[in-house]
Amino acid sequence: MVDHAGALADRVWQRYDRRERLTRYAVLLVTLMVVVWAVRDIDIFWPWVWDAPNQISSLGARMWPPDPRGLGQILNAMVETVHIATLATLLTIFVALPVSYIAAQNTTPNRACLWLGRFILVSSRSVNTIIWALLFVAIFGPGVLAGILAIMFRSIGFIGKLMGEAIEEIDRHPVEAMEATGASKLKVIAYAVVPQVMPAFFAIVILRWDINIRESTVLGLVGAGGIGVLLQGAIDTFAWPTVATILIAIVALVLLGEAITSLLRRKVM
Amino acid sequence: MTRHKREEIAPRTWRKPPFIANPWLRYGLWLVLVVYLVWAFGSLPFNWARIGEGLPRAARIFGGGFPPSFERGALMLTGFKESFQIAILATLLGVMLSIPFAVMAARNVAPLPVYLFGRAVIIISRSFHPVIVAILFVAAVGFGPLAGILTLTLYSIGFVGKLLAEEIEEIDWGQVEAMRATGAGYLATLFYAVFPQILPRQIGLSMYQLDSNLRASAVVGIVGAGGIGGTLMNAFGRYDYDFAFAILLIIIAVILVSEGISGWVRKKIW
Amino acid sequence: MLEISKLVKRYGRDEPVLKELDLRVEGSSVVAIVGASGAGKSTMLRCINRLVEPTSGSIRLNGTELVTLKGAALRRARRKIGMVFQGFNLIDRLTVMENVLAGRLGYVNLYQAIARRYPREDIERAFSLMERVGIAHYANKRADALSGGERQRVGVVRALMQEPAVLLADEPTASLDPRTSEQIMILLQSLASELSLPVLINIHNVAQARTYTERIVGLRHGKMIFDGTPGEFTRDALDAIYGGIESPDEEPTASSAHSSVRASRGVPHDPA
Repeated sequence: MVDHAGALADRVWQRYDRRERLTRYAVLLVTLMVVVWAVRDIDIFWPWVWDAPNQISSLGARMWPPDPRGLGQILNAMVETVHIATLATLLTIFVALPVSYIAAQNTTPNRACLWLGRFILVSSRSVNTIIWALLFVAIFGPGVLAGILAIMFRSIGFIGKLMGEAIEEIDRHPVEAMEATGASKLKVIAYAVVPQVMPAFFAIVILRWDINIRESTVLGLVGAGGIGVLLQGAIDTFAWPTVATILIAIVALVLLGEAITSLLRRKVM
Repeated sequence: MTRHKREEIAPRTWRKPPFIANPWLRYGLWLVLVVYLVWAFGSLPFNWARIGEGLPRAARIFGGGFPPSFERGALMLTGFKESFQIAILATLLGVMLSIPFAVMAARNVAPLPVYLFGRAVIIISRSFHPVIVAILFVAAVGFGPLAGILTLTLYSIGFVGKLLAEEIEEIDWGQVEAMRATGAGYLATLFYAVFPQILPRQIGLSMYQLDSNLRASAVVGIVGAGGIGGTLMNAFGRYDYDFAFAILLIIIAVILVSEGISGWVRKKIW
Repeated sequence: MLEISKLVKRYGRDEPVLKELDLRVEGSSVVAIVGASGAGKSTMLRCINRLVEPTSGSIRLNGTELVTLKGAALRRARRKIGMVFQGFNLIDRLTVMENVLAGRLGYVNLYQAIARRYPREDIERAFSLMERVGIAHYANKRADALSGGERQRVGVVRALMQEPAVLLADEPTASLDPRTSEQIMILLQSLASELSLPVLINIHNVAQARTYTERIVGLRHGKMIFDGTPGEFTRDALDAIYGGIESPDEEPTASSAHSSVRASRGVPHDPA
């Protein structure tokens, strides 16, 4: 009995065995080293950091109360922003669907098409909307065309990738059955592929439209149209109360967009 | 046979039942769509003269941009290094701060006023595009990576905080009850019953956010918040399209690599 | 008439799945193809409509060589070959009527297919066939709202809509409960005689094969080792085909003994 208690007393509970502990320490150490390096090397004037809360609240004070003048102009710009997002999303569908078709392993006609499709999607996704906007402003000049194209080029990657995955996940059995009836490729797609990816399609497009509303609000900061143009103007002239009004309008737009998308999602699913 | 007779009487017809049953609603929606397109395209200001110059300009830009120039590699490296630093510190701060906010924004562990406050903070953090937030921080604390870090920290809190709050709301309540039954206090319950359930997801989310912040850090620089975005902006401004193209290629490469690594790490710990 | 000669199918450098198979099916008859899993039943059937590519050999349907066809010619040939699948292979989100009409895809043009505007005769035939098998009241129901037996009946109607010269059934009853599977076998048998159609049925259930078909072909490891009437299908034949591999379902159920009497009287079984 006593021996038993003695044996028990020697047992210690440890959460991780030796190997796990070493790995955890190693990871922690590396992370710490990276963070320390980042903190020491970064080009920040540290006195400003301590002053930051002060500066931020002073900016906040300058923005209060929000200036309601120019609300009409702001609302117009908001409508323009919504147009940019909506038109671009609609146009994207026509490009993204064929690209997603050739980028899906089970529907692509050949390997060259597969790689082309994937390349298009990856390039589109890796370049941020704003960078696309910069490019198009340089080409077509400032204005809504640059904005629409920027949103389009970014959305092709998003919608194309997710639709491609939806296509790859379909059940192959209906495809086999349609081929057995002697249907041509297009008819097989229309009957065996399209009905299976419809729910995903609606969800993806609705989601992207919601994201695009957000993205469209900032296009104007590089000159590509929308409310961002007014915002940049207000900031450049230090009209902080106007800035505040614009920000409130943007929040309202985003919340409205979210409400509409959840409504649409419920109706369509 | 009856079949023969029926054909003589009236051949049966069939049409596919439409997606939207109510014809008013169906045609109404088509009408709305057409009207909207006409209105939208009509009311948008297109400067056709300038747009017409677009294609020759595009030719000049792509001509000038090709081949990409890596001459000012040192400048690129500095820019990328800064973006990287911004991303790391912002992710660290953001993830750490997102935990208390997530706890505040979870209905099942926070009292109502606290819940409302937490939710509000998270919603506001998500409503603004990081670029807008970056501009505001630049106006407040000046140009440079500090503004970038503050921006992305807020961005991270918004994203990770929301997902974490949802995680917390879905935990197995039985474990919390078990802790309460032992007489544990609020914080102890939090640490023993709540956190272990959300920790795996938290790590995954952090990796995803690091990847996200790396992408975003390239962009906030465009408005002066530090990082490679600023270098890119300067290149565009000086019409150095070959340099800009080089930066763009590296950005794409970095994003791809980061996506790959983050995916691999998440698979390993899942 | 379907004529298969020296059909070989091999994957890569492995042992061939089908070894110089010969089979001749004439006129309207119901042929059961039995064999253990991996004997090549499914492969053989799929070689006929080229869902699987034969390695060598010849398959002639009413004189036309099928093995060398490509593109539009292959599609034209396929529309004369109806297939019923073990998993039904319906398009779940579409209605029963659309699934049935899909059997005409080899005959209508793209616009008709996409807009669902099929010719009147096709619609009429669809309704008639659906009434014949007892699913006409489901015309506008989603295919996945039906039970297994009902779904297989949709599959059968779809295949018949093609006005095929031959009907292939790849283990049509394997996913169904015993009673429903009897109903489907009875249906296939009566349709074969009503429409004067040759029917090839891959089947595991030897008792059903004996009851509902007039000829049994036994495959083992890709070779045909039995070809005869159900009466000739003795215990020895069974062992030769399955011996040492697995035991098939061979206990006849009470209902199958019943239905065999009814079937022999030529009265179509009224599906429930």
